[in-house]
Amino acid sequence: MNQKNAGCPVCGADVIFDEDIVNGELVVCSECGLELEVTSTSPLILKEAPQEAEDWGE
Amino acid sequence: MIKIGFLHTLIRKEEKLLMEAFAAIADVELMLFDIRQLLINPVKPDPFNVGVILERSIPFYSSLQTIRYIEHLGIPCINSFHTSHICGSKYLTSLELAARHIPQPEFRLVFSLETALKAAEELGYPVVLKPVIGSWGRLLAKINDPEGIESIIEHKTTLGGFFHQVFYIQKYIAKKGGDIRSFVVGNQCIAAITRKSDHWITNTARGGRVDNCPVDPEINKISCAAAKAVKGEVAAIDLFETDDGYLVNEVNHTMEFRNSINPTGVDIPGMIADYTVKKARGEHYV
Repeated sequence: MNQKNAGCPVCGADVIFDEDIVNGELVVCSECGLELEVTSTSPLILKEAPQEAEDWGE
Repeated sequence: MIKIGFLHTLIRKEEKLLMEAFAAIADVELMLFDIRQLLINPVKPDPFNVGVILERSIPFYSSLQTIRYIEHLGIPCINSFHTSHICGSKYLTSLELAARHIPQPEFRLVFSLETALKAAEELGYPVVLKPVIGSWGRLLAKINDPEGIESIIEHKTTLGGFFHQVFYIQKYIAKKGGDIRSFVVGNQCIAAITRKSDHWITNTARGGRVDNCPVDPEINKISCAAAKAVKGEVAAIDLFETDDGYLVNEVNHTMEFRNSINPTGVDIPGMIADYTVKKARGEHYV
């Protein structure tokens, strides 16, 4: 599968994705370990994932 | 071509696996709806235009409002508003289980320190104080004595919001090294795992270790009964094994399963997708 990449908004490291990435997808920066959310796939944009809230769960 | 809606917020491993499972079924178009992008206006036309919606969003409260809107539009949702509403509250779930005489750890619901102390005395220490709404083992407190009750309730009363002024107190069940999570889809228990931890909280979100647990007739029976009690179509049941049989600890309506596929060898996302599509087509799920 082809891959895409984008910069981590916090540490600037390159984050690599499979091509089937979708909006809302949760990824982890391999450099700083931060959870990131894909907010756009074209162009590929990342932001810090929202913090866990009290009513999050199963 | 049949259209299936997929309600989500963050796309985790579970959602990706479900999306792949739907993609593998012929003549299915999966339409993604991020609830953070929804603008609910009941006088506007149906923004979904799908046969069935599978609900997979992470925040309980906003997804609950959305499911009610989906049903207002006449679209079936897995799980339903009723199921989500009940499963979102440990107390409401316990009431439904009690009404059907499904075994569960003994519990009390109280609203003051005075009655919390009485409840713990009745149950016998240690007890577990749980938030009525919450998941992933957050904010559980195992309390060994009245001083512990006083301390935790003072903190909750002072620092917590209104959800934390309702005290769900459960008898502590000494687990045989862990607990069991079973998965129900439709009318059958499709898989189960054991979760073990050195800590008394065994959630996999808290690092609990997972192994396959063969689904015996007793696990199947109590799991299906628990799912049925909340009218759940896709549910994960947390069970405690005791010398007197199994107890239902929780029923989860948007279950996580990423760590349960390999140990069980069961294609959990595939079975959820299959069930959802069959429901949309009006076919019976076997």
